Amino acid sequence: MSTAIDIRSVVKRYGTTTALHSVGFEIGDNEFFTLLGPSGCGKTTLLRCIAGFEDVSEGQILLFGQDIAGLEPNLRPVNTVFQQYALFPHLSVIDNVAFGLKMKGMALDARRARAGKMLEMVHLSAFADRMPAQLSGGQQQRVALARALAPEPKVLLLDEPLSALDLKLRQAMRVELKSLQEQTGITFVFVTHDQEEALTMSDRIAVMSQGRVQQIGTARDIYEGPVNRFVADFIGETNLMEVDVTAISDGMADVILPGGHALRCPAAATTPGRHHLSIRPERVSLADGGEVTATVERVVYLGTDVQVMTRLPGGVPLSLRVQNSARIAIPAPGASVSLHLEEGAARLLAD
Amino acid sequence: MKGVRHYPGFLGITIACLVVLYAPLIVVTIYSFNDSNSITSWGGFSWRWYADVFTGPEADRFAAAAWNSITIAFLAATASTAIAVAAALAMIRGGRFKGKSATYALINLPLLVPEIVTAVATLIFFSTIGLTTGYLTILIAHITFCIPFAYLPIAARLSGIEETYEQAARDLYATRAQAFWLILLPLLMPGVISGYLLAFIISLDDFIITNFVKGAGMETLPTAIFGSVKQGIKPNIMAISTLMLAVSVLFVTLSYLVNRIGQKTRT
Repeated sequence: MSTAIDIRSVVKRYGTTTALHSVGFEIGDNEFFTLLGPSGCGKTTLLRCIAGFEDVSEGQILLFGQDIAGLEPNLRPVNTVFQQYALFPHLSVIDNVAFGLKMKGMALDARRARAGKMLEMVHLSAFADRMPAQLSGGQQQRVALARALAPEPKVLLLDEPLSALDLKLRQAMRVELKSLQEQTGITFVFVTHDQEEALTMSDRIAVMSQGRVQQIGTARDIYEGPVNRFVADFIGETNLMEVDVTAISDGMADVILPGGHALRCPAAATTPGRHHLSIRPERVSLADGGEVTATVERVVYLGTDVQVMTRLPGGVPLSLRVQNSARIAIPAPGASVSLHLEEGAARLLAD
Repeated sequence: MKGVRHYPGFLGITIACLVVLYAPLIVVTIYSFNDSNSITSWGGFSWRWYADVFTGPEADRFAAAAWNSITIAFLAATASTAIAVAAALAMIRGGRFKGKSATYALINLPLLVPEIVTAVATLIFFSTIGLTTGYLTILIAHITFCIPFAYLPIAARLSGIEETYEQAARDLYATRAQAFWLILLPLLMPGVISGYLLAFIISLDDFIITNFVKGAGMETLPTAIFGSVKQGIKPNIMAISTLMLAVSVLFVTLSYLVNRIGQKTRT
């Protein structure tokens, strides 16, 4: 896989505040790459640096080997889908889509034909002559997508494009986005704060926090092998607890759970002592003769699942997800239960 | 919350204000159609004073003055609107720069300084640099004091336009100039038109500054009217005044309508 974007120790400062602290990684050609993090983590700033709306303070961004520092946005072969779409309100849908082609000097007939094709791709051919204000949010979103893809950019940047849509539409657009990316073969760099969005669409995800990349990997890598507390906490639900680590070797740690049960699990930390342990709730099950005993505190009904909130001896909370099935009896609050930690349920984190 | 109508004395104050503001205008408008030579007694309806404005003994003077007024208003509004657009871009899109508040104050200075002060200062300035007063000095003075009137609606419109439109254009391979002409300016247009009309009417109406910098033999409509009134108010002045009032009302209404349409297209 060749490299589409090579980000080399990029630092971005605004006055005295630093938005990006020496961020560096590579995004492969034809990859669906997601920058994931809470607001203010620097993900949008990084995107704007790639698009050319911000200059980097230090470091380099290479696009297919070419350093794009100082290059004006119109000279970069990347296009952006903006959060609020930014469709030109005074131009019709087809003229919006054809705008980039016009700027590139394509003749009227050719760009109309190409813009028509793009609208067909996003199923909006019937709306070509409408004005943007006459479209629904989901339709505007697809026009924005068609507009950004029409000039065949080498990289498409998407700045939280789904956040203004309602849930159903968002889920439908996820599928559509992913298939568009596969169809066009264009590298997508997708910015979001929604971990579910990131997990369902991305080839790889960079989790960002406070201007730093915390972890890069596939959805599975990151979900199942979070390296630190931030990632474990931000991606999905998890139980975090402080534990004593007696020994660490070859990436495996011996830890003592609250209540005294000893456990061997994968570890990101490298030294014994007190560390945080992450236990994924869906990997804990109710089992007679399970190795951990706990007291049920509350049961929350979630439809497909039931969340059982328990406390380990010593009062440390541990919650688990149980499938809502007729075969599994849900314990009542106050009951004492024994729990089984499945393979890969627990992981020792670095701080 | 109680509506403003429920405050004691609301009706009285409202009527008093309306009378003070509009009664003179109504009287002038009505008496411009008076058939009598007197300006105080009604002698029946007639168009004769309007005819007098265009064909009477003072018609040539008024025509020349009107021509000056309109050409100056046209040129001053055009120039001040162009300057105001540039100023609004710098103030609203230019980020932070040194002397920004000072610049803002400078742009709006003509609104704050008493007109007579501006008039005297402008006259002194022209005579210091040795510029003979006449058409050109009126034009320069008008461009100057029209800037804030053009600036305010343009700046208001611009600050309501999100920067992402220009960024989207730039992202889609438009140069800075193309992004301005093809995207920002069309979006800004309601503000530009509104500012232009306002500047036009302000220039057309100006008396004090014009009177100071016009030089001998040069007249605009307001100074010509003032000149005539000095020899006693004749009903033809009322006809001219009514015509100017009509033009003003037309322009202000247009400016208002354009702004309202603009608000509807705002996304």
